[in-house]
Amino acid sequence: MAKQYETVIGLEVHVELATKTKIFCSCSTEFGGAPNSHTCPVCTGMPGSLPVLNKQVVEYAIAVGLATNCKITQYCKFDRKNYFYPDNAQNYQISQLYLPICRDGKIEIETSTGTKSIGIHEIHMEEDAGKLIHDEWENCSLVDYNRSGVPLIEIVSEPDMRSAEEVIAYLEKLRLIVQYLEASDCKLQEGSMRVDVNLSVREAGAEEYGTRTEMKNLNSFKAISRAIEGERARQIELIEEGKQVIQETRRWDDNKEQSFAMRSKEDAQDYRYFPEPDLVPIEISDEWLERIRANQPELRTEKLKRYKEEYDIPEYDAQIITGSKKLADLFEKTSAICQKPKKVSNWLMVETMRLLKENDMEPEDISFAPENLAKLIELAESGTINSTVAKEVFEEIFRNNIDPNQYVEEKGLKTVNDEGELRSTIEKIIAENPQSVEDYKNGKEKAIGFLVGQTMKAMKGKANPGLVNQILKELL
Amino acid sequence: MANKISDETIEYVSILSKLKLTDKEKKQAKKEIGNMLDYFDKLNELDTTGVEPMSHVFPINNVFREDVIKNEDQREDILKNAPGVKDGMFKVPRTVE
Repeated sequence: MAKQYETVIGLEVHVELATKTKIFCSCSTEFGGAPNSHTCPVCTGMPGSLPVLNKQVVEYAIAVGLATNCKITQYCKFDRKNYFYPDNAQNYQISQLYLPICRDGKIEIETSTGTKSIGIHEIHMEEDAGKLIHDEWENCSLVDYNRSGVPLIEIVSEPDMRSAEEVIAYLEKLRLIVQYLEASDCKLQEGSMRVDVNLSVREAGAEEYGTRTEMKNLNSFKAISRAIEGERARQIELIEEGKQVIQETRRWDDNKEQSFAMRSKEDAQDYRYFPEPDLVPIEISDEWLERIRANQPELRTEKLKRYKEEYDIPEYDAQIITGSKKLADLFEKTSAICQKPKKVSNWLMVETMRLLKENDMEPEDISFAPENLAKLIELAESGTINSTVAKEVFEEIFRNNIDPNQYVEEKGLKTVNDEGELRSTIEKIIAENPQSVEDYKNGKEKAIGFLVGQTMKAMKGKANPGLVNQILKELL
Repeated sequence: MANKISDETIEYVSILSKLKLTDKEKKQAKKEIGNMLDYFDKLNELDTTGVEPMSHVFPINNVFREDVIKNEDQREDILKNAPGVKDGMFKVPRTVE
């Protein structure tokens, strides 16, 4: 009988914090500036420059720690991690090794097999590195230090996960917590959330862990799932062939669905950590901690409960909407304007979801204003436009964030309620379709549907369907 | 009681520090580092039971900045320090991932 293997997975998740400035200098963290336009002597490692810690970084790190049930290290400090690589002009990264700001946390995940607690080993603060571009023409590398010094927290889990499903559940939960705290937008594609997967396999029932590898370059949840399956299979194959799994860092190529060992540097990794002398320790008082705790925003579990009580929307809808900070914000803001939470929920659950799926977008990519959705709901509810037109207008809102009042006015989409106009159109339709009229009179109720359709078509979709029905029945 | 530091260690430390040392310099480094280690031995004679390791030489904590952008675009000046410049970026010898 074939041997059974268990996969053991731990994650290192880097999250770029949503501060306005870098961790140790007052340069902007804004993404997309001209190369090196957000740099200064500190973040380009000029001799004599000194780092000064951004207080907001500490507050975000504490907030994430509290939300993930960590113990906060009330006396913590930074350490230097030494390495030579041009993405870091200082030749060291300021990080935390000995006294990370948060330790011993956990989050609960839900999977098809029930709930499970995933341990968080630690969360530490550190600085991001610059971006390297390799120039094939001149055979050189080019460095943009705009990202150098952007604050990161690294969330290190315990090796508590056993499957890709658990990993994704953990990441989704973690991402949602960080997004709700507004500590980061956590976009994998853009690199504001980066996931390294540490994975080993062992025979089912074994006590000892197998040799693990670390996988990098995972830019989507799908890529993470595939990389986990791929690496598990690769390691099992090695073991079955009597070979050894080598502890190494591997790069996942999602197009080839294969991982490759990253070329190991000639000299062994020896970071020679030591306490950072340029930064003084951080002492987090009980008062400071309490203040942050008191200001923690409503997280998903509480929101879910409130939605059902306050807005009276179905459990399933509340689950989906609170599953994204963007959707939850949109829902609350739109409901506050139009006072019709059920309608808002409907537009989000049906049309918005459909368009997101069709365009391969995430809820975070939604760009329309809650005011415009609220206006559309008003237009539809007051009967100013009919439901077919409303859907068309919504697509415009979704795509171009148009003002529906103006749009409906300009395109002349208002529902025609003028009985005289409707009546003359319907009379014409009846005259043109004697067969359907005949069918209807012979008891084929469905035939009226066809006549309604023809009328709507003649009216370019703008007729009041209720009125059309009423007049049709009357004339027949 | 001179501390024994091997030639291999001197070699390793020079690689880590990106220094190319001559044989004479290696010999000198070996002697100097040996002296330092001897001094650490001396320090180790002290009984430090119950003494918390010091995190910083100054008795100051919590020096923070508010999260406010103050730095303007100063890349012209910053790039003056680059070994080479191309497309507004620091040009460096090719690195391999």
